[in-house]
Amino acid sequence: MVTRRQILGSVTAGATLVALEGLLPAWAQSGAGVWPPADPRTGPHEFDLKIGRTPIMVDGKQGSAVTINGGVPGPIMRFKEGETVTIRVHNTLDESSSIHWHGILLPFEMDGVPGVTFPGIPAGETFTYKYQVSQSGTYWYHSHSGLQEQLGQYGPIIIDPAEPDPVSYDREHVIVLSDWMFKNPYRVLGKLKKQSDYLNYQQRTLGTFFNDVSEKGLTATWKDRMAWGRMRMSPTDIADITGHIYTYLLNGHGPQSNWTGLFNPGESVRLRIINAATMSYFNFRIPGLRMTVVQADGQNVEPVTVDEMQIAVAETYDVIVTPEEDRAYTIFAESMDRSGHARGTLAPRMGMSAPVPSLRKPALRSMLDMGMDMPGMDMGSPPKSSGMDMGSMDHSKMSGMDMGSMDHSKMSGMDMGSMDKGKMSGMDMGSMDKGKMAGMDMGGAGPIVARHGPDHHGPGAISVADVQRNRLGEPGTGLKDVGHRVLVYNDLKALVPYNQSPPERDVELHLTGNMERYMWSFDGKKFSEINSPIPFRHGERLRLILVNDTMMDHPIHLHGMWMELENGHGEYLPRKHTISVKPAERVSLLINADAPGRWAFHCHLLFHMDMGMFRVVEVSPYEGEIL
Amino acid sequence: MSIRIFLLVGIITTLGAGIANAQEYGPSGAPASWNQPIHDSPTLTFFQVDRAEFRQGQGTSSYVWDTQGWIGNDTNKLWVKAEGEGEFGGRIEGAQLQALYSRMVTPFFNFQAGVRQDVGPDILPTTYAVVGMQGLAPYWFEVDSALFLSEDGDITARVEAEYDMRFTQRLIGQPRIEVNLAAQDVQKLGTGSGLSTIEIGYRLRYEFKREVAPYIGVAWEQAVGNTADFRRLAGNKASSTSFVAGIRLWF
Repeated sequence: MVTRRQILGSVTAGATLVALEGLLPAWAQSGAGVWPPADPRTGPHEFDLKIGRTPIMVDGKQGSAVTINGGVPGPIMRFKEGETVTIRVHNTLDESSSIHWHGILLPFEMDGVPGVTFPGIPAGETFTYKYQVSQSGTYWYHSHSGLQEQLGQYGPIIIDPAEPDPVSYDREHVIVLSDWMFKNPYRVLGKLKKQSDYLNYQQRTLGTFFNDVSEKGLTATWKDRMAWGRMRMSPTDIADITGHIYTYLLNGHGPQSNWTGLFNPGESVRLRIINAATMSYFNFRIPGLRMTVVQADGQNVEPVTVDEMQIAVAETYDVIVTPEEDRAYTIFAESMDRSGHARGTLAPRMGMSAPVPSLRKPALRSMLDMGMDMPGMDMGSPPKSSGMDMGSMDHSKMSGMDMGSMDHSKMSGMDMGSMDKGKMSGMDMGSMDKGKMAGMDMGGAGPIVARHGPDHHGPGAISVADVQRNRLGEPGTGLKDVGHRVLVYNDLKALVPYNQSPPERDVELHLTGNMERYMWSFDGKKFSEINSPIPFRHGERLRLILVNDTMMDHPIHLHGMWMELENGHGEYLPRKHTISVKPAERVSLLINADAPGRWAFHCHLLFHMDMGMFRVVEVSPYEGEIL
Repeated sequence: MSIRIFLLVGIITTLGAGIANAQEYGPSGAPASWNQPIHDSPTLTFFQVDRAEFRQGQGTSSYVWDTQGWIGNDTNKLWVKAEGEGEFGGRIEGAQLQALYSRMVTPFFNFQAGVRQDVGPDILPTTYAVVGMQGLAPYWFEVDSALFLSEDGDITARVEAEYDMRFTQRLIGQPRIEVNLAAQDVQKLGTGSGLSTIEIGYRLRYEFKREVAPYIGVAWEQAVGNTADFRRLAGNKASSTSFVAGIRLWF
């Protein structure tokens, strides 16, 4: 039986959908998709993009967006590896704008960062980007001016490979995840500067205190509250901007508008997932389907099958799913703080939907995230390790680590010597392979690899990571105990080997912040407090070590050059344009400084970048070199 | 003399070169005529009504306001504070106005220095020099502490601390303590040396928005030592308890 209310409801939803899709590019519309992938075009490839202010509808509510060709997201940019593309960008805004090609290797003058690579595109003017495309994969583009990206100025890039694609699939869909606010983002930033937990409505209360007392006892609860209080930090500080004001979008559709991608049962479907959000990490899953990750940040990786993955801001992942049944599947992207979600549907026909999972309980940060020395929790501490039988350890928990391929000499940044071996009495060290310790499940924590030096970075940094861990084997924030397979960075292994020579030098940078004042920085200094770029020498190979002294996850993005993540896979290190660094983590990345010029290097949480977590890397000619 | 000139020229040249260099290449290494890629030190303004309340005591009804605001960036701010009280049906008893330069000195604390002017029909107009520290102390105590040196050379001090206790995401209980101290008797102001007054309050507010929160509560004030004696001599009570109702605002 259909009630009048249901009819009215569906009519309203239909009308919303029409209004919404009138502005969306074809690829982002429900039921459309970008299949088939082949592009029959020949000859020079030229595009015209128009940046403008456009009213858009999000789940039936009107907002004002900065759009590219009238929609959020913008049009799909589909290139072919090897071709030269010309893109004329017309700025019809009354302010300066820009477009940056995220993850694309190109001459730095074409990189599109105002104040670094060009002066920006002034109001009413046109800038022509022209570059040769030397890579393939899934990428994206967005404004690099002010907070325009928050207002909708982003879109997907797909580059078809020149050689046959090692990944085979019957159909593909692009999934652009993003976060939309109806408010003026500059005003929201001002609020955060005055009260940094302004948007956190998941804080601990007297109620959670009593819950914890009944679960863990009064002493443990009191000690925990005192530790956080002493630090003046909150374990509920997972996201600065939350579902309180965000509507999370999937291809421009709010959760109620239910973007739908079609498939025929039994087909293999490639999903090109792009996290184009400004401030939101997503936990991505499709209940009922396992996902085989085939590409990360546009680079092919050895296929690895998972149930869920956390996608940091600005990362991209390509996955293959093979829905066998003639039914709908929900694409569920939960914001990392679990204050909201983006949602879509994979279905054999339009108009179908599957149950939408409810949001899980918000995660809490731990003492481990603070980088504190916790004698009771570290591996090797007497209560836990004495009499430990290494043979009984659950190796299946060492998610995806290819033990055989681990090469000790490549485990740079891991200082096993800093571990307190004296405390490991009772452990059978003889049977232990040091390499195996990297991803061990020791209460979930990766091994301690270094300790913080005496420099605590001044007023720009509230905290430092006294103990720094290798956390590449750990699932992302809140995904430790979800009961199914979660992608971790150690799972990523390049599909083809890259020529590996040892780095000539190390550069160490600390990610720092003052959450209370909403100041973000590297080494305690905001961008405006430094005088010059970070110098790289053209042609050198170096190791960039990032230490996260803050208690938040930061997606760190280097323009123009790959960062090879040192996760123990030898010459198969995955190449990333954006690396998410966990709290109190120390990661090391190898970089070939092969691209002369000035390149932005920053946290891709837009508000962190704008508040100072930004640097420029300048790749200068080596002595006598003429570029 | 000539050495001084030499040094001066040297300093100016160095400064000049530094500025010229900064103009040519910013932190991005790009031409300085281009806009900066980000603007991480915005000048912002803040205004807060921490307490604006009606007080009902034994046979007296009065009002209190306690406000502060600033304009500036992360490091440097001009900070103003204004608080005062009065009795309903009567006049404003008096108000304290402060204008302070505020500088970030630690991750959580600002050093503040400036002037305080007390005005009002029922009090002696007095000017003070002020130095203080304001910020967030360990265990989440909002602390405002200041040392005052009056035009007559008298030294007094005040420490205020507030703590937010969350019952729900929007219902927040706030204990507050304010302690006034003096280095000497200041008879004309009714202040005795040592601990002079202590005020303890508890306010329960509901944040309809983060910026808008009405509250109810109680406040108890006790004069101590010579201050209490001065009050009794003037025919007043040394202690008072009031029920309060008011609103907390910021923007």
